[in-house]
Amino acid sequence: MKTVPRLVALTAVSALVVTLAACSSNQSAETGEKLVVYSGRSESLVKSLFDQFTAQTGIQVEARFGDSAELAAQIAEEGSATPAQVFFSQDAGALGALNKSDLLAPLPDSVSSLVPANYRTPNWVGTSARVRTLVYDPAKFPKPPKTVFDLTAPKYSGQVALAPKNASFQSFVTAMRLTEGDTKTREWLKGLVANQAQVFDNNLKIVQAVDAGTAGIGLVNHYYWFIHAKEKGGASNIKVAQEFMEPGDPGTLVNLAGAGLTRANGANATAIRFVEFLLSPPSQQYFAERTFEYPVVSGIAGPEGAPALSSLKSPPVKLDDLSDLPATQEMLRQVGLI
Amino acid sequence: MRRKPPAPLLLIGAVVAVVVCLPLIYLLIRAFGSGWSPVIDTLARPRTWQAFGLTALLAATVAATTVVIGVPIAWLLTRARLRARRTWTVLVVLPLAVPSFVAAFAWLSFVPGFSGFGAAWLVLAASTLPYVILPTAAALRGLDPAHEEVARTLGIPPVRAFLRATLPQVAAAVGGGALLVALYVLSDFGAVSILRVDTLSRVVYDSYRASFDRTSAATLALLLAVLAMLVVAAEQRARGRSQRWRLATSAPRQPPPVETGRGPALASHLLLVLVVGIGLAVPVIATWGQMRTGTSARLDVGELSSAVLTTAWYGLIGMVAAVVLAIPVGLLAARYPIPSVRLIERLSFVGHALPGVVVGLGVVFIGIRLFPGLYQTVAILGFAYAVLFVPKAIAAIRGSLATVPPVLEDVARTCGLSAWAAFRSVTVRLVAPGVGAGAVMVLLTVMKELPATLMLRPTGEHTLATRLWTLTEISAYAAAAPYALALVVVGAIPAVILAVPLARGQTSGDSIGPTARAELEESSP
Repeated sequence: MKTVPRLVALTAVSALVVTLAACSSNQSAETGEKLVVYSGRSESLVKSLFDQFTAQTGIQVEARFGDSAELAAQIAEEGSATPAQVFFSQDAGALGALNKSDLLAPLPDSVSSLVPANYRTPNWVGTSARVRTLVYDPAKFPKPPKTVFDLTAPKYSGQVALAPKNASFQSFVTAMRLTEGDTKTREWLKGLVANQAQVFDNNLKIVQAVDAGTAGIGLVNHYYWFIHAKEKGGASNIKVAQEFMEPGDPGTLVNLAGAGLTRANGANATAIRFVEFLLSPPSQQYFAERTFEYPVVSGIAGPEGAPALSSLKSPPVKLDDLSDLPATQEMLRQVGLI
Repeated sequence: MRRKPPAPLLLIGAVVAVVVCLPLIYLLIRAFGSGWSPVIDTLARPRTWQAFGLTALLAATVAATTVVIGVPIAWLLTRARLRARRTWTVLVVLPLAVPSFVAAFAWLSFVPGFSGFGAAWLVLAASTLPYVILPTAAALRGLDPAHEEVARTLGIPPVRAFLRATLPQVAAAVGGGALLVALYVLSDFGAVSILRVDTLSRVVYDSYRASFDRTSAATLALLLAVLAMLVVAAEQRARGRSQRWRLATSAPRQPPPVETGRGPALASHLLLVLVVGIGLAVPVIATWGQMRTGTSARLDVGELSSAVLTTAWYGLIGMVAAVVLAIPVGLLAARYPIPSVRLIERLSFVGHALPGVVVGLGVVFIGIRLFPGLYQTVAILGFAYAVLFVPKAIAAIRGSLATVPPVLEDVARTCGLSAWAAFRSVTVRLVAPGVGAGAVMVLLTVMKELPATLMLRPTGEHTLATRLWTLTEISAYAAAAPYALALVVVGAIPAVILAVPLARGQTSGDSIGPTARAELEESSP
């Protein structure tokens, strides 16, 4: 009859587990001020920045890290009960989506005016910028193209690498549609498919593939090259090189990471202070040095070795228009890229 | 003989089914919340049905492969004279410890350009093979060899005797394993995304990630749920009313190991080497290699060990939650296969086929409304794990109960025991090892879970999988590699626990059977 005590023990343990589970997590209440941030930007990249905020202000940051789009979906499902006060997003799209669902609160002018008008909207601000670039294998292509429209040329057949499901690629195609028109964009995309472009899941895999020689040229965001170089111990250890497109080319689109306050929970001084902190000179410098991004606040130098942001001319499109992706996705679907 | 289930048990089972189906209710709300037209739009896209077809095809081919490869391996491990049999038993089960996204990523770094349907098939089949091997080998061990022996004395050649006399008796175990494999393939996102195969779960993720379209994602997830129901129904139908019990009149015995010729022996070893190589050696070696390539490899031992502890803790919570919920459903499914029970069983399996992000968001939606105080605590996280993995526990409970003839309880009752006393002193003892194995399987799976953990974990807590994700997200692969290896090593512990009874040649029948009989004798007045 040994089984019965065992069964009782199991039941007792499970009850204990549930009770403990319920208690242990409720005891974390601290006396000090705290701020709940949902961060789509990676813990490894921004955790120490959050720690600096706490050191400066005494406000504890309770950060929940995840994928930007999934966190946006989570905030939307949580609705008015969301614990999140600030949403710190990896890309403009997730912020735009929340804003469209009326889930973001307006930012005070004192904060948004820190950022140039082209890098903000009423309900969220850009906190750092990234630029679309080409990465290429100099052994294969000593003279890389200066416009993305050259990529359909026969000499790049089978060599071009894309991440068409990536939000930054789709923003770039959206910008092309807005500035060059749907017909030209569709022809270009069809040309890429006909040219046997290789499809990748994300930007970094493109940089890796070009470095490994399995692709010759790739469309990415500028900082992926820096990240890859750093991972491999410096630019001298890698084959892959980076090229910025000519000013105004859709291939030089500037995109943003940014932050907004949740309508349910974020319209308060603590949350506003956090967004302000992200735009302070030390934080802006942090982005340039640690994540190889461009600061959005003027007067702060960009990442070392990259051309100045002001020298790169983004195609003339509005940020709000960029978050409108369905038409672009439909086009990508029609040409068979996604 | 078909009995009617006791009403309270049926009621509890129904409650469990509803509880684990809560995410399904969320999906219905989300999909149809703004009318029929978005649903119809999503269903009208050719891409939806391409993904549906591809998903069904991948699930079917992977499940078929695991059966075709897994059954012979189970036979080799239990019936053949095999050198280093114990070592092989442990080795073929160990791929369970390798998360499919780790395996896929490792394969991709090992073979540049490794992608597409074939790649996904290979990686998924290799990592799910143990789901078929384990129950099949256990069933083969517990089997009465008499049927096959009789067939042989009738002059039927060995292979045919196995196919006709033995295989039907272990078919339920094989089918149960194949079911878990198919559901796993339906839900998998990690491997298919890395290997670029557009299955439904990948399209669901794209709806969230690229279009921020929760309505379309919910519609697609419902489609996945329908597919899952079809798979479960097919397995239920195949299982049919099969009730194969060994009414032991003598001590259970093992047939003598089959001697194979040199050719077959060589082929067997080749098969084993291949399976272990694809599922275990390549992923581990390639991950090890990753660690040495980059400069990001700095390891914080404190972070690593706290992630190990959190992983184990969450694993235990998920295990207890899933097993507790699975007991009534497993009991009903094994003993009272009436239509309402079949429905309860089917509904309970759905969560296992849904991608983690869908279940995660469903639990977010429901958790924050019903239990705001428990939101983002381990209590709600444990619930999410139960929804995701309760089928593994149900399958184990149902499978082990199916080997215990209810008539044993009847005998115990004629000896004067109450119904409850008969149940616990006979049945509970006999099924304990099988249920334990199911629990360990849940533990192992919870430890690898990522999307729901990311959403629902208490703020600031990290498991090995979340750490791994954080590091790969910023492409610090060298720094991520130790976490991937730690995940494999930690997962290896439950995997070995699962393999050891087989390696030792024990089964529930061997170890418990005689004791249970002794127990009966003791209890008789």
